Formats: sequence, C-alpha cells, structure tokens
Amino acid sequence: MSLQLRARVPERGVELDLAVADGQTLALIGPNGAGKSTVLSLVSGALRPGTGRVELDGQLLAGEHSWTPPHQRRVTTLSQDPVLFPHLTARRNVMYPLRSQGVPRARSRDEAEQWLAELGLMELAERRPAQLSGGQAQRVAIARALAADPRLLLLDEPMAALDIDVASALRAQLRRFLTDRTAIIVTHDVLDALTLADCLAVLEDGRIIEQGPTQELLSTPRSAFTARFAGLNLLTGRWQDGAVVLADGTRLPATGPHPPGRRLHAAFRPSAVRLAPVGGIRRTVTGLLPHGDLVRVRTEDLAADLSPQEIAEHRLEPGSPVLLAVPRGSVTTYEA
Amino acid sequence: MSTLPRWVLLPALLGALFVLLPLTAMASRVRWANVGALLTSEASLSALRLSVQTSATSALACVLVGVPMSVLLARAEFRGLSLLRSLVLLPLVLPPVVGGIALLYTFGRQGLLGRHLEVLGLEIAFSTTAVVLAQTFVALPFLVISLEGALRTAGTRYEVTAASLGAGPSRVLLGVTLPLVLPSLLSGTVLAFARALGEFGATITFAGSLQGTTRTLPLEIYLQRESDPEAAVALSFLLMIVAVVVIAVARRRVSA
Repeated sequence: MSLQLRARVPERGVELDLAVADGQTLALIGPNGAGKSTVLSLVSGALRPGTGRVELDGQLLAGEHSWTPPHQRRVTTLSQDPVLFPHLTARRNVMYPLRSQGVPRARSRDEAEQWLAELGLMELAERRPAQLSGGQAQRVAIARALAADPRLLLLDEPMAALDIDVASALRAQLRRFLTDRTAIIVTHDVLDALTLADCLAVLEDGRIIEQGPTQELLSTPRSAFTARFAGLNLLTGRWQDGAVVLADGTRLPATGPHPPGRRLHAAFRPSAVRLAPVGGIRRTVTGLLPHGDLVRVRTEDLAADLSPQEIAEHRLEPGSPVLLAVPRGSVTTYEA
Repeated sequence: MSTLPRWVLLPALLGALFVLLPLTAMASRVRWANVGALLTSEASLSALRLSVQTSATSALACVLVGVPMSVLLARAEFRGLSLLRSLVLLPLVLPPVVGGIALLYTFGRQGLLGRHLEVLGLEIAFSTTAVVLAQTFVALPFLVISLEGALRTAGTRYEVTAASLGAGPSRVLLGVTLPLVLPSLLSGTVLAFARALGEFGATITFAGSLQGTTRTLPLEIYLQRESDPEAAVALSFLLMIVAVVVIAVARRRVSA
C-alpha cells in the first residue's frame, strides 16, 4: 500500500513530492501553516490538487481527469478530536466502518468486539461518547479507525489533546498497530516521530525541505526547524584549522578531518554547552526557560542548558552577554 | 439569572399576559353545558377530522421534500444559493391569501399546471388535495428553517469522518447527518403540523369551503362565527387544546 503524492495546490502555495513505502510510517513535521494539513487533505480527498496526482497502491486517487471520492479511498483519518458519533454507543461506533463496507451485522459485531478488547475497552462498549473520558474516546476512535482496515492511516496529532500519561500509554498501543501498516502522522512531538515513524518529512512554506530515515534526520538535521524539533543546536560554517568557522567569525572546535573551506553543519545538544571562563563564543541572552532541573538559555543562534546556580552566579537575564564553549567531542559535523 | 436587570420582568410579564389573556377570555366564554353537543355535531366532527388528516399529510409532505431541501441549502455550494434560500422562505412572510392565489394560478383549472392536469382528468383546486397543497405551501418554510439551522450548527466534521471510514453519501446522510439533527427534525415537523392546522387564508382562496372536503377547523370556526358564535368559541377552544397537546408532545419528545 505505497503512497505516491506529487501535487500542486497554487491557492495554498503548496508544491509537494512525497512517497511512503508499503508498511512504513512517515512523520510529517513543520511549522504551523507549512502545509501539513494540505497533505492530509490531498490524500484523504478533502481537497483536489490543482495539478498532479495522488496514487495509492498503484491506484490513481486524484489526477488530471480522475477523482476517487473519500469514501472509496480506504484512507482513514484519526485526528486529535475523536469525532465519535454521539448518537451511537462505543460498540456501534466501531461497527460503523464495518457495516459501511457491507460486513453483515453479526460479523461486524464480533469484529468490533475484538477491536474493543484489543484496546481494553470491553467494559465501555455500551457507553455513549458523552460518557467517555478523553483518553477512552480516543481509544474508541483508534479501534474504529483500525476496524475500517484502511490501506493508509492518517494520524493528525492524535495525542495532542491528551494529558502526558494517557498520551504515552496510547503511543505504546499505536506503535504496536503501526508496525506493519502504512501511515502518515502529523506531529509536533519528537517522541511521536521517534517511536512511531520510520521516516520523516519536514515541510516548510509548502515544500518538503528534508526527507529521510527518522534517526538520521534527527541526529544530523539540515534545517533550523528540524534541529529545534530534535532539540539540537544547528550552526553552519566552513571548516578551517580544526574548527567550524561561522559567518560572524566565531570558531567552533570540532573533530575532523574535513577538506579546508568545506561548508559544514555542526549539531550539538544544548546540554553539552558550558559557560566559558575566558574566550569562547560570545553571545547575548535572548530568553530563559525552565527545562527539567536546568534552565534553557537561548541566545541569537544557539541554546544552552545551564544549572540554576550558574544562572544566578553569572546574573544571566535577557540582554546579558554570555561566553559559551562546546566540548569538541560533543559536536557532530557533516556536509551542508 | 442574577445578572438580569430587574426591569426586564415588567415587559416580559406584559408580553406573557398579552398572549394568555385573550386565550383565557375566550375560554371563559365557552358554555360548558353545551360543549359536548357543539363539538360532536356532524359539521364540527367532519371539520376536525379533515383538519387532522390534511395537516398530518402536509407535515409528511413537508418532511419528504423539506429534508432534502434543508440538506441542499445547508451543505451544497452553488451560485444563487442565498437567493434560492430567500425564495424558499418567502411563504413565511407572504400573506397566506397571496399564497392561495398563487396556487390557484398554478394548479387551478386555468393554471400553469392545472390546465394540463385537467386533460389527464386531475382536478386539484377546491379538493382535499388543494387543502394539503395550501397547508404544505405555508408550512414548509417552518421545517426548512429549523432543520437548515440545525444542520449548519452541527457542521460537517461527523460527515467527513464517516466518509473517511468508508461510508457512502446515502449512508452518511441517513446514518449520521439526520440522526444528529433528529430533535430539530421533530420540532420542525411539529411546527409545520401546527402551522398547517391553523391554515386559513391560502386554504379558503385555493380550496374553498366545502363541508367534509375542504372545510377545515379554522374555516368552520370562521363560518360559525356568523351563525352560531357559541359553536365558534367551542371549536376555537378545541383547536387551542389540540395545539397545546401538539406542543407539549413535541417538547417532551425533543427534550427526551
């Protein structure tokens, strides 16, 4: 069930070329308004491409003179709002896609029961959506989406509306269901990408700027957005005498070897950044944010996780000058 | 409640009084000793029977065409949609007599369609069918306006979800869209029935006043008012009771 998407939507400024291989899960990330929901709409059939084509498993879903209506695509969307039918019980909600596909009532009932059991929802089968908690409702929605046996599952920030504990339990369940299914997940959460997705596509301004295996993209990001998503600092400069030299002349020592003058990305964790007694990278603090038991200090182009004691000792506040150092061994360098 | 200024109470009470006082005044004129005889007279019974039958038929006709109309108005997108909506709701503001005349020029013997129907041996004007047509004409907007509003409020997300689960358009409409607006559909139907029950102007213009065929309860009341005011009051009271029962039943069904 591989997906091929090659489409332009001029009125939204979107131009895409995207593929998901059979059985793979693609995480789609990007800033708000980058075109993530446009991708989902194109695939689900909520939107017609201006030009281009959408193909699923070799079947043309949308093209120049061809259009498959949403209900015939076997593409099911699961969003952060479960959208359970309020007039039906949990069981009947899960039966709905089966009945829609012509499965006889008795068999639909059995299959729905299996899905409900799978998600630990048997005691809630006769409840109406109004009598379910947010997490329970979302699990019913997952059971319903899986019962539809979609060729492609679209997950639109499925955990965004849930609190952390419920979300992590649900993530574990989703992980199990997604192993051999073809899916696209739109997310703002790096955990979703790491645990659920085989590959990652980064959207910005309606274009895909990066695409590749999740681990690889997250450890060697090539765009500011991906780096921030992965929680990394990303700087770009040229290799010179054992350091990456940034445009402003700042030297960032790193391990080579690289050909001199080669343009490089340098990625490192904010937790690797230290305060430098003398020398170091001169920056100005732009913001402070609590980060676990540390404080994330933001500067113009990089972030450092420092202890509250260090913050107090050096009287760091927005506007303060600060000298930073990054141990050579913590910096990953790769071609830009 | 506590945020309401106290002065709203006075006009609100005046308004309620304005509605209730005339009804009470009328009820006070009912001669209870004669009510039984007056209401069970042949003319009254046949008018009541005709009224209930035609109004129920009209309500059904309103549902059959009004539901698809509401769905189209609420969901379809095409040029002239808002104009169409205004035209469909026209009977709400049109004097019923005008509606009756319009129907006459459509279904009457010389009318636009009536001419051709007469060739086929169908005469509609001044028949019970005409009563139903007149009532449907004036009652339809009541159903459409309440159902269309409910459909717009309900939004399309359940429908989009149902389609993404593989349900075809008919299944979505019958299994999701309509069940979700069922309370509004019921109250709209009751409103249409009540409006049909009270229909006078269009009916007398288009259907006339033949006892047992086209003389519904409001027409009977109007005629009796001249000859037998006491009977008119008793019938009015009866119509009022029917209306109250209808509203009460509808409210119970809707809130349940």
